[in-house]
Amino acid sequence: MKPPPFTYHRARDVAGAADLVAELGEDAKFLAGGQSLIPMMNFRLARPEHLIDIGGLRELSFVDAGPEALRVGSLTTHRTVETADLGTGFDVVREAMRWIGHLPIRTRGTVGGSLAHADATAEWCLLAVLLDAEIVVAGAGGRRRTIAAGDAFLGFYTTLLADDELIVEVVFGRPAPHAAVTEFAERKGDFAVVSAAVDLDVGSGAVAGGRVALGGVGPAVVRVPEAERVLQAGGRACRDLFEACADAAAQAVDPPADGDAGTEYRRALVRNLVIRACEEAVAR
Amino acid sequence: MTSEVATGDRANEPGFRADGTWIGAAVSRKEDPRLLTGEARFVDDIHLPRMLHAAFVRSTVASGHITSVDLSRVLEVPGVVAAFTAEDLDLGDITPRLDRPPEEHTETSMPILARDRVRFVGEPVAVVLAEDPYAAEDGIEAADVTYDVTPPVLSEEQALTPGANAVHDEAPGNVLLDVSMFASDGIDDVFAEAPCVVHVRARAGRQNALPLETRGVVAGWDARAQQLLVQTCTQVPHQVRTVLAGSLGMSESTVRVLVPDMGGGFGIKCVVGREEIAVAAAATRAGRPVKWIEDRKDALSASFLAREQRYEARAAFDETGRILGLDVDVLCDMGAYSCYPFTVGIEPLMASSEMPGVYRVPAYRVRGRAIATNKAPTAPYRGVSRPQHVMVMERLVERAARELGLDALEVRRRNLITVFPYTGINNVTYDPGSYLESLNLCERVLADEGWYGTQRSVAEQGRVLGIGYACFNERTGYGSDAFAKRKMQAVPGFDLSEVRMDTSGTVVVTTGTMSHGQSHETTMAQIVADKLGLPVDKVKIQQGDTDRVTYGWGSFGSRSITIGGTAVALAAGNLGGKLLDLGAHLLETRRDNVELADEGVQQRDDHDRRLSYQDIADVAYLRSHLLPKEAEPGLQASASFDGVGDGTFSNAAHGVVVELHRDTGRVEILRYVCVEDCGVAINPQVVDGQARGGIAQGIAGALFEKVTYDENGEPSAASFLDYKVPTACEIPDVAMHHIETPCLFTDNGAKGAGEGGTIGAPAAVLNAVNDALRPAGVELNDTPITPQQVFDALTGALEVAP
Repeated sequence: MKPPPFTYHRARDVAGAADLVAELGEDAKFLAGGQSLIPMMNFRLARPEHLIDIGGLRELSFVDAGPEALRVGSLTTHRTVETADLGTGFDVVREAMRWIGHLPIRTRGTVGGSLAHADATAEWCLLAVLLDAEIVVAGAGGRRRTIAAGDAFLGFYTTLLADDELIVEVVFGRPAPHAAVTEFAERKGDFAVVSAAVDLDVGSGAVAGGRVALGGVGPAVVRVPEAERVLQAGGRACRDLFEACADAAAQAVDPPADGDAGTEYRRALVRNLVIRACEEAVAR
Repeated sequence: MTSEVATGDRANEPGFRADGTWIGAAVSRKEDPRLLTGEARFVDDIHLPRMLHAAFVRSTVASGHITSVDLSRVLEVPGVVAAFTAEDLDLGDITPRLDRPPEEHTETSMPILARDRVRFVGEPVAVVLAEDPYAAEDGIEAADVTYDVTPPVLSEEQALTPGANAVHDEAPGNVLLDVSMFASDGIDDVFAEAPCVVHVRARAGRQNALPLETRGVVAGWDARAQQLLVQTCTQVPHQVRTVLAGSLGMSESTVRVLVPDMGGGFGIKCVVGREEIAVAAAATRAGRPVKWIEDRKDALSASFLAREQRYEARAAFDETGRILGLDVDVLCDMGAYSCYPFTVGIEPLMASSEMPGVYRVPAYRVRGRAIATNKAPTAPYRGVSRPQHVMVMERLVERAARELGLDALEVRRRNLITVFPYTGINNVTYDPGSYLESLNLCERVLADEGWYGTQRSVAEQGRVLGIGYACFNERTGYGSDAFAKRKMQAVPGFDLSEVRMDTSGTVVVTTGTMSHGQSHETTMAQIVADKLGLPVDKVKIQQGDTDRVTYGWGSFGSRSITIGGTAVALAAGNLGGKLLDLGAHLLETRRDNVELADEGVQQRDDHDRRLSYQDIADVAYLRSHLLPKEAEPGLQASASFDGVGDGTFSNAAHGVVVELHRDTGRVEILRYVCVEDCGVAINPQVVDGQARGGIAQGIAGALFEKVTYDENGEPSAASFLDYKVPTACEIPDVAMHHIETPCLFTDNGAKGAGEGGTIGAPAAVLNAVNDALRPAGVELNDTPITPQQVFDALTGALEVAP
């Protein structure tokens, strides 16, 4: 469990980091919190020849909570977000942090690292997809572009990011006062067997729409339009509506089977976790 | 021993008991300051000049013949210094022996490095030495080993299929041990005529004992001492020395095994590991010290495992719930190799002999088998088979209660041994215990806390609670007679202790036991302090050094405080006798007119006439011309102790309340009560810690941990991501209660306390889960129980148990 040899580079600024990765090519990797990359290197499953340490780029570590939008810098740690004041509309982001690994992981792991790694149950991916976040990335030569979260996650650990691009920040442009994330895992801190997130549009006791996102049901986190249509049709914010939404979600997915959980068990978890997430969301 | 005057003076000493003794005092652990401030020294903290780092080239196939080992590219890797194959090192095998006939036991050997065959994924094939551990791992990647792969044997079904590949040529049917014992006359008639016969089929998952500190060793030739110095984290330093000297063809005096601080062992470090030997041999060859630290991946896949067993058990009962007979077939999947010194008999022999446990069983038959498979080998793991067979026994009792419409606790009470000593059908004599009292107290605690009412009231809200118990004993303090019954050729049992006092009146005592976290430095010091009327901080224990300790069997089987503690007490008592002899002589009074008190010898008839230990030591060492003519100079004494009869039985009852979460299948433990009786607790805080840690490992086996393999024999878990060791978040607080039934043959009445927690937890948790599942009409008897199984059981997706 020791990595093969690699060359270490320390980035001085975002532009320099992007230029360097472009120059070094596909054998180069950015090192942020190292909570996924380093274990993979120790198991020799990842063998980058060059590591570009972006840990010193302070300009990427920030939380900017405004009334209409929340911007989180890519080098911000999960723990920083967990303990930050994000304003009233973004409690769900802060509360989702407790599902991420264990405290030591949260104090080192970063928002950008999690989004770029794109695990199928990653809380940041789930939040980004649920809340239609925008992911701002920097490329070589000062190039910048914005990727809609809905387009970002393509499959197993695969994103729309080019090899030479670096995530700069994630922008949540819409407050979500009635949103919740919930998960099931055998142990605290495990990757979720299934995770569910909902963001309800609630007014005077009624639901007028909402968004549903799931993790652990496929190669990447997904939105579930079938379940969202149930919310769109609207109704009183009650168990019946949530069950209908959850049933639609469970029917819409075809979860994988593995040692931890079979397909039908995962499907049942989808249903029960969506109900739980709806109830938590509406209770806010 | 200690006078009331001394008590008054010491009233403020931490842990010192008001009655003037150290036995039973919750003394703060002497080990803690260094462990908590980073001053402890573990194997990995040892850095020697010119030290190399080892890594092992390990088999990538579960079963096959090695066709070639090419290390030439390894030597080209920057930083690599040397690489050795089995042929290069030419070491003797490890061959654990049992004095049993060939029809019962087939002897097999474990080579230090695989020579011609590999038998599990992870088996060491070659060792690479490099300037740092990174280069060593680069080196093993460059090794080129080719195999002629044969189909692996990965389950007991496969192993026992006629025509299956033989894991060892010596055992064509893959059965390494097959014993049938205690077949009571007429037992078939008992079952044929019994009003109630219940069956339990159960499987227990393969587990890893998982000490926080993985295995590791630093070895090197000490030219000044003309010795091979081997610093290793082992529970059995002298046995490592014996095997090492034998394997390397050296005399034992040229090997010194030294054990630094240890971060747990739980049994897997009480067998001799092949890596320890290979590293020592490689260091000798390289002429430089070598360190090997097992990484977590190897610890999970290529270390020693345990616990994978299958039971076919039935029990006969009369209408009132009394046990009439017990008939058990237990198969233990021991993996690829037999371990030294315990052999593949460790689990099946334990199960066979101890299965009746706390119950009166009038007729008994058992068949115990050890099966070889192409999986990492097994070793003792805390509790050794008892977590599994107690679980099966307790399930049989529960099932009979259901069949008979009786309360399961009442069925237990009707069968518990209550008159001692009791000699069971298994030829084991049980010393006094509190089997009934502990169960009654355990039930009362849960009842008083209102859990039965809670169970009923929350059921109306649709919540699912279950309450379960386990009732068991634990044989501790095995002496050599008890071990000899197993017919191991190396027979553990006794312990030796040497004690000496220096000129400042402080005491050093050796023990042949080996603390790997059990606080011996504290508890053994308490025992000596108690004997000699000293403060604990004036007693220092020495362990884990084969040059300083004459001989020892190390620590396993909850033997340390019973056997080692008694040897220490006897040695201290002998030193006390010597102090009294000298004291009487120097005070010029009769021997029967002196006593030990307050760090000195005083006259019984005149307490003002006294000599401090320092005064006496001063004469014994510095002015020996004042000694009586027949007295030897110095203040030293020794003693040995061996367990008596069948050992001493600790016992406990565990009570558990679980909630099954309907939406996820999660098993949440709401309450855990442990009523334990380990005789006199030398240090109750240490006993509590042992029980709590053991219970955590028992819960791990019941609900979380399982080592699995794919169809090629590749282990599925390389990290804690996949091997689900529970965290503090999954382990409940445990309410501890104590009953004290002193052991009659240990010096201070103590029984062993190391394993009980682990033994009771799986049964109690399983019974609680099955109590909760009662309305669903489903029983779960295989461990670990997974959330999906519970979910399926609650939603009717599981077949109803036969």
